Amino acid sequence: MKIVILGCGRVGATLATQLEQAGHTIAIIDSQTDAFQRLGPKFKGEKITGNGVDEEVLKRAGIEAADAFAAVTNGDNRNIMASQIAKEIFHIKRVVCRIYDPLRENTFKDLGLETICPTTIIAGMVSDALVRSETSGQRKSS
Amino acid sequence: MYIIIGGGGDVGYYLTRNLLTQGHEVLLLEKENGRYQTLSEELGQSVLKGDACEAITMEDAGARRADAVIAVTGEDEDNLVICQVAKKRFNVARTIARLNNPKHEDLFQRLGIDVTVSPTKGILSLIESELPGQRFVMLMTLKRAGLEILSMNVPPFSPVIGKRLNQINLPRKSNLALIIRDNEPIFPNGEIEIQENDEVYALVNSEGEDELRKTFGTA
Repeated sequence: MKIVILGCGRVGATLATQLEQAGHTIAIIDSQTDAFQRLGPKFKGEKITGNGVDEEVLKRAGIEAADAFAAVTNGDNRNIMASQIAKEIFHIKRVVCRIYDPLRENTFKDLGLETICPTTIIAGMVSDALVRSETSGQRKSS
Repeated sequence: MYIIIGGGGDVGYYLTRNLLTQGHEVLLLEKENGRYQTLSEELGQSVLKGDACEAITMEDAGARRADAVIAVTGEDEDNLVICQVAKKRFNVARTIARLNNPKHEDLFQRLGIDVTVSPTKGILSLIESELPGQRFVMLMTLKRAGLEILSMNVPPFSPVIGKRLNQINLPRKSNLALIIRDNEPIFPNGEIEIQENDEVYALVNSEGEDELRKTFGTA
């Protein structure tokens, strides 16, 4: 698959490296050239510096021929807008959008975006881990 | 009307003052603390500290009873989200977004924003119209009517020079509103003859624009 990733932070860089190792063709976009250092020297994919809500930048990343698009910048709104451009203008079938704010995530999920909210996922996992260790601790003491 | 404005920059500030003077109930949202302090000294209760992109803030601001939400921050993605959340979550009837990048106009419309205002585009066409040698300038689009208001400068070899308006075939949905000749306005009728360097102001729907330009030789 040809995959375009917007945002080369920790998540974006990890995602890009993993997907490339799995055999996919990757193009990654970030507004800061420095961010690409996170990719490491082995990364073969394309690196594009630019604003991800600019159609021209997305085109330079080859979005017109892409099978999938992921928006994982730090900005919820930037991710939301870029994902909607990918879906509505470039008709990309698989679009995944990270949104930190749970309420915003809710709204845009209703609007048909495929969204992932790290806040609720992590809060859930941490709370599970906390409660689990408490109950297993209780078992030991009983 | 109750109007919520997102973004307390210069545009947000003057817009709030204007709408208050017109007698509307207005609430301006500004997330940055320093700016909020400055604004609240001037605007008092009409400004609230908070991020208009967040649904909780909008709930507190009373978005449910708002007649209009206007997003005028400096970031298009923020303006888009403010309007989309207002529309989809709070059923606000009228959402208006400021566009910083004029290329986003089409996208915003497709995503359900009622009105977009693009100062960049306006400034560009104003400057273009002042450049020497410009033969054709788009002044404004009336989106709901699908019409453009434009001005054309009749070039020396235009095919319409010396013709009366009733001899010229204009596109079906178009109208010549005004001709300026030697700084004098002429309100056109069928008997008016077009001359070189006439400044013609016209209304035309977007399909007719090319045809109109060809007719006047400004294509």
